[in-house]
Amino acid sequence: MTADDSHDDIPVQRAAPRIGHRGSGDPQVAIDTPVVFDLEDVAVYYGAFRAVRGVAMKVLKNQITALIGPSGCGKTTLLRAFNRMHDVIPGARVTGKLQYHGIDLYGPQVSATEVRRRIGMVFQKPNPFPKSIYDNVAFGPRVNGTKNKIELDAIVEKSLRAAALWDEVKDRLGSSALGMSGGQQQRLCIARTIAVEPEVVLMDEPCSALDPIATARIEELMRELKSRFTIVIVTHNMQQAARVSDRTAFFTAELDSANDRRTGILVEYDVTQKIFSNPSDERTENYITGRFG
Amino acid sequence: MTTVASDLHAKPSWRSARSAIMTGLMVAAVGAVALPLVAVLWAVIERGASVAFASFPDFFTSEIPVISRRAGPGMGPAIVGTFLVTGGATLLSVPLGILGAIYLNEYGGTRKLARAVRFMATVMTGVPSIVMGLFIYIMWTMRFGYSAFGGALALAALMLPVVIGSTEQMLRLVPSHLREASYALGATKSRTIIAIVLPAAAPGIVSGCLLAVARAAGETAPLLFAVGAATAYNPSLFDEANTSLSLQIFGNATSSFAAAQDRAWGAAFTLVLLTFLVTFIARVVTARFSRMR
Repeated sequence: MTADDSHDDIPVQRAAPRIGHRGSGDPQVAIDTPVVFDLEDVAVYYGAFRAVRGVAMKVLKNQITALIGPSGCGKTTLLRAFNRMHDVIPGARVTGKLQYHGIDLYGPQVSATEVRRRIGMVFQKPNPFPKSIYDNVAFGPRVNGTKNKIELDAIVEKSLRAAALWDEVKDRLGSSALGMSGGQQQRLCIARTIAVEPEVVLMDEPCSALDPIATARIEELMRELKSRFTIVIVTHNMQQAARVSDRTAFFTAELDSANDRRTGILVEYDVTQKIFSNPSDERTENYITGRFG
Repeated sequence: MTTVASDLHAKPSWRSARSAIMTGLMVAAVGAVALPLVAVLWAVIERGASVAFASFPDFFTSEIPVISRRAGPGMGPAIVGTFLVTGGATLLSVPLGILGAIYLNEYGGTRKLARAVRFMATVMTGVPSIVMGLFIYIMWTMRFGYSAFGGALALAALMLPVVIGSTEQMLRLVPSHLREASYALGATKSRTIIAIVLPAAAPGIVSGCLLAVARAAGETAPLLFAVGAATAYNPSLFDEANTSLSLQIFGNATSSFAAAQDRAWGAAFTLVLLTFLVTFIARVVTARFSRMR
């Protein structure tokens, strides 16, 4: 069984609703671009604290969607809601409608591990396992049932090539991943994520710990991977959002009258070009022109 | 210019004098700690090695003289008994302790059961070893008679809280970003624990277990009631009285005959040697397993 075959046992991916059919009235969306994530009134709580609220947006297939905004605006919190990473944090919960191809991600029948198998994540700090480079990439496929050595070899090579890392590491696949540079480690983490053939790759500030050269490589990689994956990226770097993303969501933190604490809200979500050239909201304009945040 | 450069030289001051005094105190403290250790090792080697290696390998293979004033080897049955008792205790306590620690750290958290188990383990750490020996004497030896297994039970009860405590600490030290990376690849919690958390914590867990084993190997009091005092080989774990190096040290050292006292030194040397060997082997094995750090 190849990694691709295992997609077949879930109907999720087949039932891709088309945004045009819903009459969203969004002129920027091509009529046949499938919606991957459909959010309405999504809020994430840590215990009694509401970290982000009232998020409504549609993430489109094979696009790079950037989430930007000042610190504490709930970008990362929202990103982790996309693949149920909040499940492992005691007290964290997600409310509202968060659909993945029309299926409620937080529905009672939905398994978090199955969700994460399809929606991968690259973290802010490169976090390779203390294992060999090969074992890092092979971990996901092994978890998902691939045992055949030849098949694993092929997946590892393909994933490392896709992450533009193959030429650098092909002669030392057996050595520790912790001996690599930060930029290499992050590309290894990307290779590890795409080795399980997810549909979506979530990236949480993947370049914040890297130098400009390594950042440029990762950005180039994102543009290449766009044809195969849907990418959602959280970034503090507005230039990065402008460079790589197709659509940008701007978040900010506002005082929540309900509990007198600052809660993240989605201010504006549009085509990246529009956000950075002609935003509709004054707060977005203030942020991207550097007057705030 | 020269005045600028000369200004950089350290000037004699109270600060540098204080630094020298503190350094001296630290060296003295290290010496004070190391001195007893070296003295003990030296005494054991000086007085024990000559006994143990006289007409090698008789001391390690011969049976223990039934009449203790008779000079000569050996400690063979005590070596076998030590391996039986300590090995049995290790087999009983290490798997149980590691599983318990996994429950406490990964599943129990702050639940009532977990808190109760943690509390009991702490209390058990404080139980004097002779009390544990009496407990086993009443619960086991009075019904089933002397055996190596009774001693193993007593030692296991002493080792268990140490293994639980040190293993839980080591599991807690495994960074959460490794667990998250595993979850994000679609791994289940159990898979994450087995494939990521345990290997990452393995060297620390082995250290903790070794400490427990080494301490148990030297315990005498709990064995006094449970193991008995054999002088011939008894390779059985469950039947008949056995003996151990620690019991032989105790018995021979308290004897008034010089020959017996010599044997006690030899046994002490053998015990130190065995502990060192076991520790060394375990270290090498773990180093091989965790070379990817």
